Amino acid sequence: MAVQDKELTEAERQLLAAMQEGFLPVARPFKEVAERLGSTESDVIAELRRLKEEGAIRRLGAIIDSRKIGYTGTLCAMKVPGERIPEVAEVINSFPEITHNYVREYEYNVWFTILAPSVDRINDILAAIKNKTGIPELINLSARRIFKIRVKFDLEGAAKP
Amino acid sequence: MTEVEERLILELGENFPIEPRPFAVIGERLGITEDEVIARVKDFMDKGIVRRLSVALRHQNVGFTANAMIVWKVPPERLDEVGNKLASFPEVTHCYERETTRDWPYNLYVVVHRPYREECLAIAARLSEAVGVADYRVLFSTAELKRSNPQYFIERGEDDAV
Repeated sequence: MAVQDKELTEAERQLLAAMQEGFLPVARPFKEVAERLGSTESDVIAELRRLKEEGAIRRLGAIIDSRKIGYTGTLCAMKVPGERIPEVAEVINSFPEITHNYVREYEYNVWFTILAPSVDRINDILAAIKNKTGIPELINLSARRIFKIRVKFDLEGAAKP
Repeated sequence: MTEVEERLILELGENFPIEPRPFAVIGERLGITEDEVIARVKDFMDKGIVRRLSVALRHQNVGFTANAMIVWKVPPERLDEVGNKLASFPEVTHCYERETTRDWPYNLYVVVHRPYREECLAIAARLSEAVGVADYRVLFSTAELKRSNPQYFIERGEDDAV
């Protein structure tokens, strides 16, 4: 599985690809990764720390299936006048439960995802956003059924079986 | 979930120690042994609570700058058929049925990760033909306003405004 980040050396790419395959819940997980790469545990640890500090690694650790711990999420969209996007974005982003927020090209132009412990919490947040921004056009497009979620991520963009 | 389990989920996600014996370090933080931490992590993995111990990369385009969301208006009686068919295409990374509203009638969502618009548009046209649904829109994300890791077990202080 190729890691596409152009600023990475081949060795870094291989380390990150191995890490993407996953590391094990064993006493010395990075030793196991090092063995896979023919490297040493200390080199792997030093590299991972550097790559994390430099931001090439956004996050290292467990990938949690939030639904399994009772969390629920949704996708929302708002109609925001262009000049108000920064201000409205600030209100939206003030909630830690908002995980993604982005602009799309349509009347509904500000889209965001929420991950929260309960539907009530989501509704509280949406009510607060509406009244703080004074914008009522906010729609909650919660998922009714999931046909597909990418399980294994392949950086070429094609889903893995 | 017990308090220890909640705290373990936080430790496994947020500041996972990049150390020779990370689970021993986590054990110290939680006041349990390394073996117990490892056993609990395995249990979480068996239950699917932890999908994988891995990394999320900077350029991993789970972000929304390089993706297109294709939204479809599918007659309800055809949702099953169309949803499953769209999900079968390798280019499609996510496929959901979602709620609709009066002025947003699109009930099926497909996400495609391709860096270039033309490619996304071409894929959308091909998918449309394959499932025989002509009423769709391709929405590109043009700016990312926030992307953060999930925040689990946030302590709600009394003074929270909401």
